Amino acid sequence: MSLRGKAAIVGVAEFRPSRYTEGATTLGMLAQVACDAIADAGLDMAEVDGVIVENFAEAPFMAPATIAEYLGLDAAFTEIVDLGGATGAGMVSRAAAAIAAGLCETVVCTTATRRERRTNEGPRRTAASGFSGRRVDRTPSTEFDTPYGAIGANYGYAMIANRYIYEYGVTPEQLAKIAVAQRYNACHNPDALFFGQPITVDDVLNSPVIVDPLHMLEIVMPVAGAAAVVVTSAEKAARMKHPPAYLLGAGEHTTHKSITWAPSLTDSAIKAAADRAFAMAGVRREDVDIASIYDCYTITVLVSIEDAGFCKKGEGGAFVDAHNLQFDGDFPLNPHGGQLSFGQAGTAGGMSHVTEAARQIMGRGAGRQVKDCELAFVNGNGGIMSDQVSLILGRNR
Amino acid sequence: MSEPTAPYTRPLPDPTSATQPFWDAARQHRLVIQRSKKTGHYVFYPRNVSPFGAGDELEWVEVSGRGTVYSYTVARRPTAPQWADEGPYVIAIVELAEGPHLTANVVDCPPDDVKIGMPVVATYQDVTPDVTPVQFRPA
Repeated sequence: MSLRGKAAIVGVAEFRPSRYTEGATTLGMLAQVACDAIADAGLDMAEVDGVIVENFAEAPFMAPATIAEYLGLDAAFTEIVDLGGATGAGMVSRAAAAIAAGLCETVVCTTATRRERRTNEGPRRTAASGFSGRRVDRTPSTEFDTPYGAIGANYGYAMIANRYIYEYGVTPEQLAKIAVAQRYNACHNPDALFFGQPITVDDVLNSPVIVDPLHMLEIVMPVAGAAAVVVTSAEKAARMKHPPAYLLGAGEHTTHKSITWAPSLTDSAIKAAADRAFAMAGVRREDVDIASIYDCYTITVLVSIEDAGFCKKGEGGAFVDAHNLQFDGDFPLNPHGGQLSFGQAGTAGGMSHVTEAARQIMGRGAGRQVKDCELAFVNGNGGIMSDQVSLILGRNR
Repeated sequence: MSEPTAPYTRPLPDPTSATQPFWDAARQHRLVIQRSKKTGHYVFYPRNVSPFGAGDELEWVEVSGRGTVYSYTVARRPTAPQWADEGPYVIAIVELAEGPHLTANVVDCPPDDVKIGMPVVATYQDVTPDVTPVQFRPA
């Protein structure tokens, strides 16, 4: 059974990213943004019979039941998705699968990240509390990576960038151009964290190197935020308030958790995920109107463009030079500004690639609307190029 | 890396029954990893179950400790608070001569001298009486 055209995104909601939340609970944020997405779809809570939630610290056990109870849902289907930055995209494919299998009809998928102001009482997070600060982490990575300061994600993407430069070559200017184009997009999105703050290639290259070869302006800034979508059956979607963003294709691939044990630093699992999604959708790369690609770092985007098949392996730098990546250019990339310039609110940052693709398909892109946007490619990336989820969304079934 | 000042405050491994032989050997300044009896491939990290499937067994083998830098970064800013007192340091994936990859620091050389493909050899840091992280230095 293929998921092609079986379900659609019919409602979206997102909090404007902020540096900190004051006293908010993750549960409260998850519920609020879910409510907003249901209202955006023009639905009553009683019409929602499924909920998918991320793994969150306040509910280490039975998170789906916790959110269903909080929202007052009569849920026929509840699920947790734990794919790091690919969580949002993975929620959509799982919601569609549950709907297509007849388990439920309308699913709200919700993500949120709160962020308390850092205090002077010791480090914000310790290795003992895990990378995510969520709970004690006892994995091979904490045993064999963490003791060497291989903590967080910056170091891993820096190693990917250095290996990429060694194998294929890309200039600092080419990588910087990705960040600059996305900032241009953010300057057309009043909800973006960096709205009103344009940057140049020189600004990127003059920003401090954090981990060789990555500059500060090539690295996402962690923020708080929330994002949710409502997925329903194609039959019901046709009767909704907004034009639906149909799910036409989905594919996933995972080979490793720690980058230490990735089969390759430069050939990612995106290739298998994207190939499956495009094959399911029955569309070609050149048919795609926007690329909504997970962008925790500039190098992530470069490798993703290649592995998703928009150019050959090793030609990412030349591709960036040859194309205008702005929302009004010939290869519109992350019209909302991407996480680099819109903001990375944990898993909600990954979901922002889904919400933006859906908005663009629905024609709700406001001052950053891509003309005649009928087909979107979405990629979610978890951890350090670990879990990969590719989606194809379209205006027509 | 500079010599750590006591007490050692950086994260330490928490060995399991599967990994204890690796850390026991490291304390003796030896590098031991596992090898598949079925395929002859070396495996790292240590585990109870072979990635080559049922019917295989993993045996412990002492290896050369030689390898090359597969990739690396120089952390100009600390990657975690416990490294805040350190100048720029190198985090690398080392490809052992026997094949497997592992992450470590490249020590005993200026960070800017590290290159991909550079030959390295294991070196041992007795940071506590119980634990000796395996590091690499230029060969």
